[in-house]
Amino acid sequence: MIHFVVLISRQGKVRLTKWYSPYSQKERTKVIRELSGLVLNRGPKLSNFVEWRGLKVVYKRYASLYFCMCIDPEDNELEILEIIHHYVEILDRYFGSVCELDLIYNFHKAYYVLDELLIAGELQESSKKTIARLIAAQDSLVEAAKEEANSISNIIAQATK
Amino acid sequence: MSGPSIMETLFQRTLEDLIKGIRLQLIGESAFISKAMEEIRKEIKSTDLQTKSIALQKLSYLSPLHFVDMSWAAFHCIECMSSPRFAQKRIGYVAVSQSFNEHTPVLLLITNQLRKDLGSVNEFDAGLALDCLANIATVDLARDLTPEVFTLLGSSKVSVRKKAIGVILRVFEKYPDAVRVCFKRLVENLDSPDSRILSAAVGVFCELASRDPRSYLPLAPEFYRVLVDSKNNWVLIKVLKIFAKLAPLESRLAKRVVEPICDHMRRTGAKSLMFECIRTVVSSLSEYESALKLAVLKIRELLMDEDPNLKYLGLHALSIVAPKHLWVVLENKEVVIKSLSDSDSNIKFESLRLVMAVVSESNVVEISRVLLNYALKSDPEFCNVILGSILSACSRNVYEMVMDFDWYVLLLGEMSRIPQCQKGEDIENQLIDIGMRVRDARPELIRMARSLLIDPALLGNPFLYRILCAAAWVCGEYVEYSTNPFELVEALLQPRTSLLPPLIRAVYLQSVLKVLTFCIHSYLRNKSSGLFPFTDNLEGVVSESMSKGKTQEASDLPTPAQDDVFNPRISDDNPYEDLPLENNGEDSKFDSFEKNGFTRESIVNLLNLIELAVKPLLGSLEVEILERAQNVLGLIELIRQEFPDQLSPRKEILAKEESEVSKLIRSMNDAFCEELGPVSVTAQDRVRVPEGLVLEENLKELDTICGDIQPSTSSFFAPRYGERIEESLASDLQNGEDSEPSRESTSLLIEHRKRHGLYYLPSSASNDYPLANDLRSGENDRDETEDFVRLTAQSLAPKKKPNYSKPRPVVVKLDEGEVTLSVASKKPSSKYDLLSGVIQDVLQETNLMDKSSRKGKEKVSSDVPQGSKENVQDPEDPRREKSGLRKSKHRSHGKERKHKDPDQVDGKKDGKSERAREKSSHRHGRKKTRQRAEGPLNVSAQTPVIPDFLL
Repeated sequence: MIHFVVLISRQGKVRLTKWYSPYSQKERTKVIRELSGLVLNRGPKLSNFVEWRGLKVVYKRYASLYFCMCIDPEDNELEILEIIHHYVEILDRYFGSVCELDLIYNFHKAYYVLDELLIAGELQESSKKTIARLIAAQDSLVEAAKEEANSISNIIAQATK
Repeated sequence: MSGPSIMETLFQRTLEDLIKGIRLQLIGESAFISKAMEEIRKEIKSTDLQTKSIALQKLSYLSPLHFVDMSWAAFHCIECMSSPRFAQKRIGYVAVSQSFNEHTPVLLLITNQLRKDLGSVNEFDAGLALDCLANIATVDLARDLTPEVFTLLGSSKVSVRKKAIGVILRVFEKYPDAVRVCFKRLVENLDSPDSRILSAAVGVFCELASRDPRSYLPLAPEFYRVLVDSKNNWVLIKVLKIFAKLAPLESRLAKRVVEPICDHMRRTGAKSLMFECIRTVVSSLSEYESALKLAVLKIRELLMDEDPNLKYLGLHALSIVAPKHLWVVLENKEVVIKSLSDSDSNIKFESLRLVMAVVSESNVVEISRVLLNYALKSDPEFCNVILGSILSACSRNVYEMVMDFDWYVLLLGEMSRIPQCQKGEDIENQLIDIGMRVRDARPELIRMARSLLIDPALLGNPFLYRILCAAAWVCGEYVEYSTNPFELVEALLQPRTSLLPPLIRAVYLQSVLKVLTFCIHSYLRNKSSGLFPFTDNLEGVVSESMSKGKTQEASDLPTPAQDDVFNPRISDDNPYEDLPLENNGEDSKFDSFEKNGFTRESIVNLLNLIELAVKPLLGSLEVEILERAQNVLGLIELIRQEFPDQLSPRKEILAKEESEVSKLIRSMNDAFCEELGPVSVTAQDRVRVPEGLVLEENLKELDTICGDIQPSTSSFFAPRYGERIEESLASDLQNGEDSEPSRESTSLLIEHRKRHGLYYLPSSASNDYPLANDLRSGENDRDETEDFVRLTAQSLAPKKKPNYSKPRPVVVKLDEGEVTLSVASKKPSSKYDLLSGVIQDVLQETNLMDKSSRKGKEKVSSDVPQGSKENVQDPEDPRREKSGLRKSKHRSHGKERKHKDPDQVDGKKDGKSERAREKSSHRHGRKKTRQRAEGPLNVSAQTPVIPDFLL
C-alpha cells in the first residue's frame, strides 16, 4: 500500500502531503525533512526509487515539483510511477496545463483530486474521466453554496444579526 | 475574548489571500505565519460557519505545509464537518482527516456525524465520510460504523461503493470481527461487472493476502477469472501479487496460473505488468522451467535497458531468483559486476548483494579481489559496505568459505590499509578470532600484524586504532611465531604510539611485557641448554608445572573423562597432536632465534630500549597505562639484578641468581604461553547456580559500588589473571551440564559480564558479527552443492585457480550451541492473526451454509440461500444486521456460536464431504462463493485441495 504522498518543490518546500499510515505530527516533519534531503539530492539520470527505512520511495520530477510516494518493498515500483503520472495527468486536465503555482494556490483542490484517486493507500479510480466528472460535480456544489453565501442579502443578514 | 466583529468577518482573508500573503510577505515567513495564526484563532471562534470554515481551511493549509500544530482546533473541525453546506462540510472533513488521530479527545463526538453522512443520499457526503474514515479509523469507529460500511458495500452508486471497498481494509484492520459481517459482500464485489469496483476489490484482497495468503486460497477461482479476463494492467498487477502469495501454497494452482502469466509476460507492452509477471515467476513459480526461461529472457532485457529504473528492477529480480537458481545470476555476471560502479547507489547496492550471493569457497578469492578493487574506487560509504560484505561473508559459519587463511589474513591487512576503511572493529574481532581458532594461520597473522605495527603512517588514522590494537595483541600473544621479536618491541614502542587512545596503548604495553618475557625466557633457556646440561630437567619442571596446573583444574571436576569433551582448552589440543606444540617445538624454534641472536647484548639493548620508552609513561594519568608501565619496569628491575653489569658477567653469582630469576621468568612465560581459546556463546547459560546463591535477591545496593565501573574497550585482552576465573567457569560449565540452566543466572551473568567485561574472555564467536547484508544470509545453503559445482565451472573472473594443494587448516569450533540458529520466520503480528482467524471462520461458515449450492447456476444475488437450514441459525445474516439490532451485544453472541461452528464443520466435512456434495446438489443458493468455500477446511487439515473445476 501507499504509506504517504508528498509533493516537494525543488527548493525543498512542501506543496502537499497526504498520510495513509499513522504518523504523528513530529514524525511527519521528520520524514519530510529526511525525504527531501534524500530525493532532492539525487542526480537527474538515476533511478526513481530510493530505499528508505525498509520502505521504498518512488518519486518523479515534473518541472520543479517532486511527486513522492512511499510504498512497501514488495509493491510494484513501476505501477506507482504510472499512478504518479496518472495523478499529474488528472491535475493537468483539471487545471489546464498545470504548473506549480496552480498547486500552490489551489492546494486544497489538488488534495480533493488525490482523495478521488486513492483511498486508504490503495488506488480507487483508474479512469481520468470519472475523476474529472466527480470533481466537477463537487465543485459545482461548492460554487452554488458560495454564491449563496456571498449574495448581498446574506451579507446584510449577517451584518444585522 | 469576543468573537470577530462584523467588519472582520466581512473582510476575512480567504485561503488565497493567505497564500498570496505568504509569498509576498516582507516580515519573514514565520512572523507572517504566526500573525496569520492569530487571525485564524480569532476567526475560528466565530459563530458564523462560513467564517469558521474559511479559518479552518487556512489552518489546514498551514498545518501540513508549514508544520503548524492544529490539534487545538479539533472541536472546530467537528463543527464544520456537521455543516449542512457541502463546501463547509468538505473543509471540516479534510481538517479532520488531517489532524485527528487515536488520541484526539473529541474523537467520540464524530461517530454520529459520520454515521449520518455515511447514510446520506448525497453520494459526495458519503464519499467524504468514507475518505475520512479511511484515514482516522480507530477500533471504536470501525466497530460502530461497520453496519453503515456494510450497507455501502452494496451501494448502487459506483463511486460510493468503491470507496467503501477501500475503507473496508481499514475497518478489518481495526476491528477483525467486521469480517463476519462484510466479507461476503466484499467477495461479491469481485464478481462485479464494473471494472472500477473490481479494481478496488482486488486491491483490498491483494493487501489482505499479503498478510496471510492461506486464508484466501478458496477465492483462487475468482482471482483466476480476473487474471484471464481483465484488461486493466493495474488490476492484473494486483492479481499477480495475490497469486505470487497463493501459488507456493498449492501446487495445482501454480500449474494452472503459470500459462496465463507467461501469456501476459509475452504480450504486454507495459513494463510494470511485465515486471510483475517476472517477479511472480521468479519468486513463486521458478520450478516451471519454461516460465523461468522466459522470465530470465525478460530480465536480461531489463538489465540491458538504458533506463536506470529498469536496470535496477532487473537486478532486483535477479536477487530474488538467486537463492534458488544461481545460474541465472552467473549468466548475467558481466552486467552485475559492471553495475558495481554505477552512479546510482541503488543499483550499486543491489549488484553488491548479488555478487555476495554467488560467493562460494571456490571463487571467494577472485570475488574478494574484484570487490576490493571496486572498494578502492568507490565513495567511502559504499566502500565500507563492500568491506562489510566481504568480512561478513568470509566469517560466516566460522569461516567456512575460507580455505586459505594465509590469504585471508593478508586480505584483512590489505583492507586495513584502504584509506576509507571504517571497519576497524570487525577486522579487529576477526584478527583475534582467527588467532584463537586457526593455529596454522598464526605465523602469517603475526607477519601481517608486524607490518601493520611497523608502519608509522597508520598510527595517524583513528579508524585503524582498533585494528592496531588487535595487531598488538596478536604480536604479544603469538610472539613465538615471530622471526624478530626485537623489531616488534621497537614497533610497539615507537614514538607515534602516543597518538593512540590510552586503552589501546595499554594493550601495546601489555604486548611489550609479553614479548620481553618471551625474549628473556628464550635467552635463558638458550643459555642454560648451552651452559648447563639440565635441559631435560628443565623440561620436566615445565611440564610438571603445566600438568600440575591441569590436574588442579581437573580435580575441580567430578569426572575428568568429561573434561576432554567439554573443556575447550584441553580438547583443543587433541586434534593437534601431530602439530608442534609450544613446548615440543621450542627447541627447534630456538635454533632459528639463535641465528637472530638472543645474545646478551641484544637482551641488554632490549632492556634499555624498553626502559627508555616506558619510563616517561610513569607520569601517565591513565591508570591502565600507568599500571602496565609499572609492571614492565618492575620486571626489568628484577632482570637488571641479573645483568648488573653489561660487560663482565660474574659467573658464580649469575648461576645462583639466575635460577631465581629464571624461575620467575619461566613461570611468567608459562602463564603467557597458556593458550586463550574461544568460548562458546552459550557457555554462560550452562553455568550452574552455586548452592546458597539467592538469585532473586535485590542487589540494588551494589549499584552504588559498581555503578562507576565501565566495561573497558580493551576487554578483549583480558589480563592473565582473568583466565583463572574463566577456567573455573569452564569447569563449572561441565558441572552444570546436566542441571537445567537457570534463567535468572543467565541474566545475572550477563549483567555481571557487562560490568566486569574486563575479566571475561571474549566469547565472541565469529557468528556474532552483524551481517552487513542480511539479504544474503541463507542464500548459500550448503545443500546447494550442485550450484557450487556449476559455479566452479564458470567462476567469476577465472584468473587462476586457488591453490588447494595444502589442506585447509583446522578451525576450532565449539559445540553446536555456537552456531546461531537462523532466525525463526517472522510471525505475522497478532492483529493479522486475529484477522485471518476471523476470515477463516467466515469462509468455513459460508462453506457450511453453502454446501448446498454446488451446482446451482443461478445468478449471484445478495440474497441469502433460501432453503438451507444453517441459514436460519446464522446470526450474521446481513439482512438482520441491517434491521438495526445493536451491534455489540449481538455480535458477541454470534461469536460464541461461531466458535462452535468450525468444529461441527470439521466433523461433518472430514468423512462425509462426498455425501455433502450429493446433498448440496438439491439445494439452491449462491454458487460461486460456495464452490470456492470448499477449500479452506481441507487446506487447514493437511492436503490442500483446490476446487476441481479450477484444475
